[in-house]
Amino acid sequence: MAAKSNLTNMVLVLGVTCLFCSAVLGGAYALTKDPIDAAAAAKTQQAVAQVLPHFESLEFNEEGNYYTAKDGDATVGYAIESTVVGFGGPLSLMVGVTVDGVVYNTSVLSHTETPGLGAKCSTDAKFMDQWRGFDPAVKILSVKKDGGDVDAITASTITSRAYTLAVENALKVFDTISVIPGVTGNLSEMADQVGHDDNEEGGQDNE
Amino acid sequence: MSKIKLLTDGFVKNNPTFVLLLGMCPTLATTTSAINGLSMGLATLFVLVLSNMAISLIAPVVPDKVHIPVYIVVIATFVTLLQLLMQAYTPAMYETLGLFIPLIVVNCIVLGRAEAFANKHGVGESALDGIGVGLGFTCSLTVLGLVREILGSGSAFGWNFIGGSDGMLAFVMAPGAFLCLGYLMVLFNKYLKKN
Repeated sequence: MAAKSNLTNMVLVLGVTCLFCSAVLGGAYALTKDPIDAAAAAKTQQAVAQVLPHFESLEFNEEGNYYTAKDGDATVGYAIESTVVGFGGPLSLMVGVTVDGVVYNTSVLSHTETPGLGAKCSTDAKFMDQWRGFDPAVKILSVKKDGGDVDAITASTITSRAYTLAVENALKVFDTISVIPGVTGNLSEMADQVGHDDNEEGGQDNE
Repeated sequence: MSKIKLLTDGFVKNNPTFVLLLGMCPTLATTTSAINGLSMGLATLFVLVLSNMAISLIAPVVPDKVHIPVYIVVIATFVTLLQLLMQAYTPAMYETLGLFIPLIVVNCIVLGRAEAFANKHGVGESALDGIGVGLGFTCSLTVLGLVREILGSGSAFGWNFIGGSDGMLAFVMAPGAFLCLGYLMVLFNKYLKKN
């Protein structure tokens, strides 16, 4: 049965328990850190691979929150992370834009939309396929209800609008990357330096 | 108390979901599909067995006045351990359940079994009790998840049998969770608990 309480044994037992548990967790953290990082890197790699054509290496730009995908020396395109407020909470997309400013593909990183309605934004083939090769120079980037060219998900206009806005924001980021050629150079040089380590890891995962 | 009775008590007499009504938060929130219910059940089983064993070992030296904080620290340690392991080795599962894993710490089943059973019994018996109650919880969650998945999405364990169209969406959402839980509880108590 439980021991009788006095100040000494209370302090002692609590202290020893906490010390022991922190030691165990510290050890577990150290052991699982590498696999956790690898899993996160693989997930990013996979998300980018889904929204861009074949590439060899990735560079992360922290300032704009986007990845530059390169095949050898040539830039294939940019994978831009874009988060907006959806119907049920944050809606986070990865938007792939090729160098000519056309959306290559999009994928949902995370969402909290209503199951069966807004949640279709990550499963509904008809809705998702319309983003493949979406050219903002030809089509109007807003849902049909608002006079645009985007087919909304049935009964989920708010989610569809949020998705459209996320793509629009991503394209705005793309504009800041590519409008002035000189700036592009500087940004990717910066990304070279900042993202050097990431780049190596990315290269390994790619194999 | 026989060893078999220890195991089966967790299923029927002390079934955490349908009889004790403990741990309702993860029960209602994660059972949108059978697989999710099963995973959450197994995660809780893992924590329950280990914390029951650890607590039965340390109970004799823990002073009465600080026993709750000590138990919570032990439980939280196992939960964090589970969280790190899932994040590292089953990232896909962690994505679905991630939000609810830390909540196992405050799942009343775990502390409930520590208080009601583990601190008065030996390691072996406490482990059996943990397995029994944990499996009872897992089965209840899987059944609840399965019923909601069949009604709400027209599929079972991810296998869709109504060809892509929608089921009764309400059952995937919170109101359906309460409805299903209520009906299952009635059936459980009427047919199983009587015997």
